[in-house]
Amino acid sequence: MHALSLPTLAVKGARFKKVAHVFDLLRPILGAIVLAFIAYRLYQVLIVQQEYGADTWTRLLISGLIIGGVYALIAIGYTLVYGILFMINFAHGEVMMLGAYAGLFAFQAFNAIQVGGQAQTSFLNAYPVLAILLAFVIGMFISAAIGYFLEKIAYRPLRKAPRLVPLISAIGASIFLQNAAQLLFSPQLREVTNPDILRRGAGWTISINNANVIIPYTGVFTFVLSVLLLIALYIIVRKTRLGRSMRAVALDKKTAALMGVDVDRTISQTFIISGALAGAAGVMWGLHNGMVYFYVGFIPGIKAFTAAVLGGIGNLPGAMLGGLVLGIVESVGPAALGIDFQLKDVLAFVILIIVLTFRPSGLLGEVLAEEKV
Amino acid sequence: MILNIENINVHYGAIQALKDVSFNLNEGEIVTLIGANGAGKSTCLNTISGILHPTSGRVTFIDEEITNTSPQDIVKKHMIQVPEGRKIFASMSVWENLEMGAYIHSDRSQIKKRIDQVFERFPRLKERRNQPGGTLSGGEQQMLAISRGLMAEPRVLLLDEPSMGLAPILVEQIFDIIREINHNGTSILLVEQNALMALSIADRGYVLDSGKVVLEGKADDLLRNPMVIKAYLGGEAIGSEL
Repeated sequence: MHALSLPTLAVKGARFKKVAHVFDLLRPILGAIVLAFIAYRLYQVLIVQQEYGADTWTRLLISGLIIGGVYALIAIGYTLVYGILFMINFAHGEVMMLGAYAGLFAFQAFNAIQVGGQAQTSFLNAYPVLAILLAFVIGMFISAAIGYFLEKIAYRPLRKAPRLVPLISAIGASIFLQNAAQLLFSPQLREVTNPDILRRGAGWTISINNANVIIPYTGVFTFVLSVLLLIALYIIVRKTRLGRSMRAVALDKKTAALMGVDVDRTISQTFIISGALAGAAGVMWGLHNGMVYFYVGFIPGIKAFTAAVLGGIGNLPGAMLGGLVLGIVESVGPAALGIDFQLKDVLAFVILIIVLTFRPSGLLGEVLAEEKV
Repeated sequence: MILNIENINVHYGAIQALKDVSFNLNEGEIVTLIGANGAGKSTCLNTISGILHPTSGRVTFIDEEITNTSPQDIVKKHMIQVPEGRKIFASMSVWENLEMGAYIHSDRSQIKKRIDQVFERFPRLKERRNQPGGTLSGGEQQMLAISRGLMAEPRVLLLDEPSMGLAPILVEQIFDIIREINHNGTSILLVEQNALMALSIADRGYVLDSGKVVLEGKADDLLRNPMVIKAYLGGEAIGSEL
């Protein structure tokens, strides 16, 4: 039996090697074809047709940066968790969705509270800065708590299981959270009540080529807050004791434990931080896009996962860069390639496939081999 | 007795790695566990450090049972393991590695002072303090690993194969350092495959074979024991080795 099966295996191995070899040769050719096609389309649209003026490009770039900042915040969560547990937390988009709901309800509540004697105004518009701050604190807290319990219930018991098992558990958790939100909050779309100083659609108007380009307040607010949170996270990971313990656990759990790091606690803290960032992204999403429903986390979640892969999964600056690049590409890309704007989601996922095929380690991939967080 | 291991049994799944192992360490001693690959030496250290938990038996530190204590709580008792293969955090700088060693301490100025002491003792590490730990040579990494262990001010230092993969001259240096640490008051449990070097600096030794303690005694006696000479020192008489 053994004498028989061994040579067959060897032949199979050789054939497989040959196939792999052919693919290795084909890959650069395929890559060249794809690049040539993209270059041709760009040339057609940008040089020959010149369909859009500078004002349109500015608008697209602005919306790309805004959405990119949100993607970056969510992508950080994927990358942190991957760095520390080597698993993709597919329920992360739902963590963001619940943060968006928390923000929605917070704004609603603040709008319902009446303050002031004669001139009745809502708390939301009487103290808008405080209200926004509180809404973010509530959203981040809820999402952080969801992240914490998600790890504790769905992932921790599977810590020693094969790697596919927690992944399936994550998908299950994602479906559970979506359906729970649908049952609890009804499937309808809900509109977020913004404070007057952050009205949706309002913004600064600049003039480019005699056309008005609006820079929305909510967009600027979203982008600035994303950047601030990303900087804060970077400082936490690089400079604080908590960050050092996270990096140590990501590099080597056993040795980290021998240094006195509580590995379980550090993993919980990682989920709390990831959740808080996703919660902030959820509240921003509500403020800027206006609509919240139980499915709101799914597409941003998958896009942010794409962003994390694009930047190099497990790599912190990579996730930030990947988020911004993906936001801009999906916003500017359809116009630049002369395709329908509704194909922006397709474009994002094509990027995911291209990255996984040609450069699985992502844009900042070289660093990945060593640097996990 | 600062550390006492009584009849511990440790299993990896169905495989029994340690069978009724007992040994102890007195304050101020160097005690070595010698034995071949797979004899269970590292398993002993990992059980003491709380990485593994024995299925039966007791581990006592000073007067306190620590059999099922978590690794971080054992570190807080100032019993520190320097793991096999050095296990430097490769992408962290030398400085950050040392800071990790002092993880249980929070007094910044104390940590800084101790890092300065390390740099005084090992100028090479000072030169490379901002370099990623993974870029150091094997000998430098071992110095860093031991220094990192010392950052927590250990009462007991558990050293796992500090000579592994080092050139003979570096091995001598490492053992000089170990002796110096012991002189400064730290009790040391040393796991080694290099039985000759280990026994030459140790007060007492235990020989482990297939998860059992097969021999124990004063280091000098073990060095003269014919079985030890034959099995672990690779020679007929001790004189020819030295």
